[in-house]
Amino acid sequence: MSRNAKINSLLLLLVAALAVVPLAFGLGDHKEEPFAGADGEAETAITEIDPDYEPWFSPLYEPPSGEIESALFALQAAIGAGVLAYYFGLRRGRRQGEARTRERAAEDACAADAVDTADAGDAGMDAGASAGTGDGRD
Amino acid sequence: MHIAEGFLPPAHAVAWGVASAPFVVHGARSLVRDVREHPESTLLLGASGAFTFVLSALKLPSVTGSCSHPTGTGLGAILFRPPVMAVLGTITLLFQALLLAHGGLTTLGANVFSMAIVGPWAGYAVYRLLRRYDLPLMGAVFCAAFVADLSTYCVTSVQLALAFPDPGSGFLGALGKFGSIFAVTQIPLAVSEGLLTVLVMRLLVQSSKGELTRLGVLVASAAGKKRAESAESAQAVAR
Repeated sequence: MSRNAKINSLLLLLVAALAVVPLAFGLGDHKEEPFAGADGEAETAITEIDPDYEPWFSPLYEPPSGEIESALFALQAAIGAGVLAYYFGLRRGRRQGEARTRERAAEDACAADAVDTADAGDAGMDAGASAGTGDGRD
Repeated sequence: MHIAEGFLPPAHAVAWGVASAPFVVHGARSLVRDVREHPESTLLLGASGAFTFVLSALKLPSVTGSCSHPTGTGLGAILFRPPVMAVLGTITLLFQALLLAHGGLTTLGANVFSMAIVGPWAGYAVYRLLRRYDLPLMGAVFCAAFVADLSTYCVTSVQLALAFPDPGSGFLGALGKFGSIFAVTQIPLAVSEGLLTVLVMRLLVQSSKGELTRLGVLVASAAGKKRAESAESAQAVAR
């Protein structure tokens, strides 16, 4: 594995560890409902502070079940991950294509160089001859 | 950081909407201008929006025993400046409000203000400041993403404390209460977001050097020149 790949995997591992540690050490055990959403807890806190508060508007559409809701969340993540993967895949492909073109160009240049050195003597003579004719015309 | 539908009193909902609207309109204008001037950056723009989409769908457990999610707005703010993120963040929040009943239309203004305006601007400010003092790129990226994430949740706490001051301890008491729910939970998640943003930025540096240089994130040529100059002067001194 290259150094780059090692650092990238380490970053992913750290993120995974940060997510797993609270679960593994049961840091939600002191709660009635462990690992509930902070957004929901805030709603509870609001009703604690102001028990009379009634939400004055309700969502236009509400996922009918937890399954549908998680499906839509997965959809959101999938769309995002898909676009990101497309971007990086396209970049990688383009870079490889460019590298290949460069290689080919370099090979061509090498071949051309070989021809050039062989022709160099002739070219010099040609130049001299044309210069001579030019002078003659003046 | 999503304040649920109907959970802000009407006056607050309208006020936050009015506060957010100009940022989103200005952001939409600069987004259109960016795309028109640099059509080649559309793809990276889409990728930045996609990063926000993924991260704000990832609900992660935190040390406080509750779950929350990162925002993913730091990356786009560094790459395309904060106004553009006001638009991309709003799109994400609209998706969640309309399809997931997460957040809401009446609280959209407040949620946009925290996640799509204050977060990106705070992150961008930190990024620029640290870069001015020559902190390495990845260090600045980590801090920017961390601050963008955490500041979003701090703003949400303030918004809720303003709307629901504690009857006994007032605004500050309520701020402590909402802050302990949102901000403390968010600290490890903000670290995660920082790490993920650094990861994506590393991949971008490997894959899109030209684009990053055009956006001013990488100043490879300038740094190269400086290095060459210092090497030359060192040689001159040696002579």
